[in-house]
Amino acid sequence: MTMNPARGSLLGIEDLEASEIMGLLKFARTMNPDKPRPLLKGKRVLLLFYESSTRTRSSFEIAAKSLGAHTVLIQAIGSSIEKGESLLDTGYTVRAVGADVIVIRHPNAGAPHVMARHIDVPIINAGDGLHEHPSQALLDAYTILRNKKTLKGLQVTIVGDIFHSRVARSACHLLSKFGAKITLCGPPELVPDIAITLAPGIRGTRHMEDALRGTDVVMLLRVQKERLAGLRIDLAEYIARYQMNTARLKMAKKDAIVMHPGPIIRGLELTSEVADGPQARILEEVRNGVPTRMAILARALGKMRR
Amino acid sequence: MLITGGHLIDPAASIDAPMDVLIRNGRVAEVGLRGKIEGADETAHATIDARGLIVAPGFIDLHVHLREPGQTHKETIATGTAAAAAGGFTSVCTMPNTIPVVDSVEWIEWLRQPEREAVVNVFGIAAATVGSKGAELTDFRALQSAGAVAVTDDGKPILDDAIMRDALVLGGELNFPVVQHAEDTRMTEGCSMHSGAQSFRLGLRGMTSAAEASIVERDVQLALKIPNARLHVAHLSTADALMSVRRAKREKARVTMEVTPHHFVLTDEDMRDYDSNYKMNPPLRSASDVEAILAAIADGTVDAIATDHAPHAAHEKAMEFERAAFGITGLETALGLAITRLHREKGIPLSRVIELFTAGPARCFDLRGRGTLVRGSVADVTLFDPKKKWTFAAAKSLSKSKNTPFDGWEMTGRVVTTLVAGRIVYKA
Repeated sequence: MTMNPARGSLLGIEDLEASEIMGLLKFARTMNPDKPRPLLKGKRVLLLFYESSTRTRSSFEIAAKSLGAHTVLIQAIGSSIEKGESLLDTGYTVRAVGADVIVIRHPNAGAPHVMARHIDVPIINAGDGLHEHPSQALLDAYTILRNKKTLKGLQVTIVGDIFHSRVARSACHLLSKFGAKITLCGPPELVPDIAITLAPGIRGTRHMEDALRGTDVVMLLRVQKERLAGLRIDLAEYIARYQMNTARLKMAKKDAIVMHPGPIIRGLELTSEVADGPQARILEEVRNGVPTRMAILARALGKMRR
Repeated sequence: MLITGGHLIDPAASIDAPMDVLIRNGRVAEVGLRGKIEGADETAHATIDARGLIVAPGFIDLHVHLREPGQTHKETIATGTAAAAAGGFTSVCTMPNTIPVVDSVEWIEWLRQPEREAVVNVFGIAAATVGSKGAELTDFRALQSAGAVAVTDDGKPILDDAIMRDALVLGGELNFPVVQHAEDTRMTEGCSMHSGAQSFRLGLRGMTSAAEASIVERDVQLALKIPNARLHVAHLSTADALMSVRRAKREKARVTMEVTPHHFVLTDEDMRDYDSNYKMNPPLRSASDVEAILAAIADGTVDAIATDHAPHAAHEKAMEFERAAFGITGLETALGLAITRLHREKGIPLSRVIELFTAGPARCFDLRGRGTLVRGSVADVTLFDPKKKWTFAAAKSLSKSKNTPFDGWEMTGRVVTTLVAGRIVYKA
């Protein structure tokens, strides 16, 4: 027996309307972790993490607490998941314990969707395999809009491991819905030709010069060694062709900003000069994660007001 | 038993006309014009009124997983063959990837013991290598003598060139078909669907067409060189692999092939929301692959429709898509899907559709006396209403498992009565 996802679930960006996204982003601007609002007083937020996480987990946790909710963290290691409990049985269990909303990160694409078809509380996707990472795309849009006037017509270049990146997929869906011009750049193993079919307004290139010229936003991605599954990437060649350094950044617009969902690997996808430079917004993204996730959690429990 | 008033379609005998069929002692005693079989009234103890129905040779499914021995929580020979009868199948060929693997004479015989309570004929396909480990050939000669109709390592393709060559050489000497599940598993590790725009969007690793086509091409090359070799390509799903089979057939190699209903009805785009009832191997392919398969069905290249009926318990499917078991059930939906898609939508003659369920598969595995209703053949008969609209409800399936993407589908063409050796085994 299956059902539709509970109202307030956030499974991905692809199925959201632009108006819903804009509503969430505006709502996020009213959120401030330093001025807690007890919108979710007494509610229980279950954080179900099947994969490691620093930013997303701590940010959801602080967001929930800033809204007055209780949080419980369950990680694969040290829980019954280790003993072979199935995804759905874990879901039924945390629901029975009294979860009002479940935030799930999982190494398999679609795990939150399977959960949402069987469990009657809102499910928030905190990253599912190679598929989507909707809260990251929302906080990135939030960050871009604090630095640029509009997404429409904005040139955004995403460099690196697109194939294995749920961040890239969610970002492409979101930016495309608002009419941004997206360029994907990387070697064929990491940026397959099929990638440009993801959403309207995406083009691909193998050359950084082509990718960076005139761009407003540069999003860098980590080469996900843990997901390469047999793919062989020559890291020295990758660095030579695609590493973001000061010289390359000059090809972009003067006021271009540099983003990265983290974790960053200095000396690989970017140099320290770029990571710590004036154009980097990497830590601002992390900061913006909290109000964005406050908005996501409040929306999940029907507390979204403008 | 007299089946009277129906329209007989027996492609093997080139019959497509109103005909009566008289059955005596489990065999077809006579086929004749309506009411014109002499002495029919006296010798037939019972009559089946087939008015408005198609009377066809009993359907043959070359590819089913009945899960016995070993995995009776998914299916048993009793439940699987009951589902087969409901789908109009009077003979099913069972795959050996059971626990343990059917790789010996003892297990081939075990499949046919009365304790299995089979409702329809069960023909065992034996493992091609010991334990389906791909290293050492099984005793083809003994298995064939014991009644195995073919050999395969289904689910685990034979990748080693030398082993596949040896299998085709020995199979050729014995006139014994070698069935290959064509998949270069070195290229499909961690993959759960077809490689394309949809797999990229969903973040699932995809199986390329090349992983299937490269093995089919290798096997065809071998079959062309080895005298008498008989290769049967299981559940072919890609346009690329089809090219190899077409060439093999042009060059008169003894190569046959089957396709499944889901591969001519669904595409990779139909899988949404990570519903594992759309997960099978080979996976649902692109729209252009489906078009190529439809063309090959129409032009005669395809030899048989086989279901690849692959039951799994609910808990083996209700999980992360990438971790869920491969396979869907198919016995009860095959005819409805074939008539709806092939005959009604694509205009393929009903006689050709029936050929793919009868004469075609009988030829692939030399099932003598089956797949036709000429006088003297076994009285395995399927009666169906080609115009009956109905809705398939998985919950009512006779299979032990309900893993199908076709739950709630409306289709045209429904089995009314199924006879095995002149005995009614299913009645709608």
